[in-house]
Amino acid sequence: MSLFEAQGISVRFGGIRAVDDVTFNVEKGEVFSIIGPNGAGKTTIFNLISRIYNSTDGKLIFDGHDFTRTPSYQVASLGIARTFQNIELFPNATLLQNLLIGRHCHSRVGLLSQMAFLPSTRRAEIQHREKAEDVIAFLGLQRYRDSLIANLPYGVRKVVELGRALCIEPKLLLLDEPSSGLNVEETEGMGFWIEDIKKDLGITVIMVEHDMALVNQVSDRVMALNYGKVLAMGSPREVQTHPEVVKAYLGGELEDVA
Amino acid sequence: MRYLFRTDYRQDISVARHGGDLFWYGLLLFVMFVIPLVMGEFYVGELGGVFIFAIAGVALMLLVGYTGLISLGHAAFLGIGAYVNSVLLSRGVPFAITLPAAGLFTAICGAAIGLPTLRMSGLYLAIATLAFGSIVGTVFQKWESVTGGFDGFAVPTPSILGINLDGATGIYYASFVVLLFVIWVAVNILRSPMGRAMVAIRDSEVSAQSMGIHLARYKAMAFAISAGMTGLAGALFAHYVRFLAPDAFDVLLSVQFVTIVFVGGLGSIQGAIFGALFVRLLPQFIAIVRDDLPFGIGRLPGLEPSLFGLVLVLVILFQPDGINGLWQKAKHWFTAYPFKRQQSSRRQKSYAKSERLR
Repeated sequence: MSLFEAQGISVRFGGIRAVDDVTFNVEKGEVFSIIGPNGAGKTTIFNLISRIYNSTDGKLIFDGHDFTRTPSYQVASLGIARTFQNIELFPNATLLQNLLIGRHCHSRVGLLSQMAFLPSTRRAEIQHREKAEDVIAFLGLQRYRDSLIANLPYGVRKVVELGRALCIEPKLLLLDEPSSGLNVEETEGMGFWIEDIKKDLGITVIMVEHDMALVNQVSDRVMALNYGKVLAMGSPREVQTHPEVVKAYLGGELEDVA
Repeated sequence: MRYLFRTDYRQDISVARHGGDLFWYGLLLFVMFVIPLVMGEFYVGELGGVFIFAIAGVALMLLVGYTGLISLGHAAFLGIGAYVNSVLLSRGVPFAITLPAAGLFTAICGAAIGLPTLRMSGLYLAIATLAFGSIVGTVFQKWESVTGGFDGFAVPTPSILGINLDGATGIYYASFVVLLFVIWVAVNILRSPMGRAMVAIRDSEVSAQSMGIHLARYKAMAFAISAGMTGLAGALFAHYVRFLAPDAFDVLLSVQFVTIVFVGGLGSIQGAIFGALFVRLLPQFIAIVRDDLPFGIGRLPGLEPSLFGLVLVLVILFQPDGINGLWQKAKHWFTAYPFKRQQSSRRQKSYAKSERLR
């Protein structure tokens, strides 16, 4: 059984079908990339999975559990974490605090216990700290631990957002354009993180990406979208040479390009 | 310059960052305890007022500075706390019960207000809380059988453990203890998941949500906690003014609370204390210098509110970190001496939201 399945999901904004009857499944341990021209509905699919939007049709299944109508704040505790295209960190908090917020869905201490900072809260805090430190060590963020996010360069923030998602200890990680705004070198680094996340942490990844080099480097399978519809699905090579995909990107036939 | 070498997670969690903190805060605590023994009644009374406003300031700081929700209705919460405490006290309930009851009841009111207003933010929330404030004010006026309406309500003298808390000294110590309690709770919240969730809601709601934070629940909790603390302040305020009249809890008082938060410095508990000092002591300062001001400025009506407004505008324009920001800069100047430069405290521009261009 697949780890994640989307069965015929659709969403309409007014008259526009942003996502139209999209079906795909993601196997455990794979890196699944979604590509497509601007406005193809890639990020909308992410917003559907993280339940920020309601799908008008179809079903979302994660780990055998139908979560099509689960409220968005419960998605994290299911084991689905995400990053955002334009970085949605908490800029006036330190890196460490940002990572600890990622641990929120694992916190179980009651409000009164927190207000009095009872030993149970202290123990839980120390455990969260250990997990956050593991992520800091994994991503090599030690020197920025106590910096405010607002003072960090863009490339580092991108990694921090990845780290915050890892603090959720997800089974499925949604990466929305992990390379956007990064230079060639940083993009390459991001590619290595994604490979490590897959191999060392065993986390399944769904990634929206424009950078084809990165897609080729890390993806097991690729899905190409245009106007909310699936154009092609398969290995990176297959999808990129698929005539429909070439047409969507370049507006011509394969022969014209070659 | 002090470098912290951390060897244990507990060091990050503990309230005092290092021995120096313990020493200075301990000294401050000691000084505050002996002040009533050495200073005159007037100053002790004024400091008691500062404490009460500081409690409300810390409460509003949690809401405005940390959760990013504005409230222009906190005078109403203060009023609710004041009336609940006084009415219960006049029916013979001991102060040891009426004080927490005032806090608890106000917290429930806060949650009740918080729940419907959760979908709003910014200006709309400000208007909703403003409306709530005036509704509560009207209730105080019209519910004469309980509040006494415009005739007012004489607050009975509280006593705790057989000691009468009358006079400035009693109020001073009672407020001081409650202030310490409120700060302790606030600090605990801020180093717990609850506090981090508040900061997350302030900085980015969409990502707070995808981190598993239930926005509605946490906003309501923040509102309830803030209201409850303000209710405690209200109970003490009743004894501070000794005579409750409905018009004491009007929107001007709410604006004073907001001034505490902004002038003190958003996002710091110390800021709330600095802000309370400023808001309570500025009128006293004006009263002292009033007669010496040139051109009869001192005799102008409305001098005090306009000065408050002017300071608020100037702070927001030129010192967004408030008094606490100044204090931090001064501290940094001394610890880094002689390496501190003008540039070190210049605000950085950030281009976080930039889009990729290629």
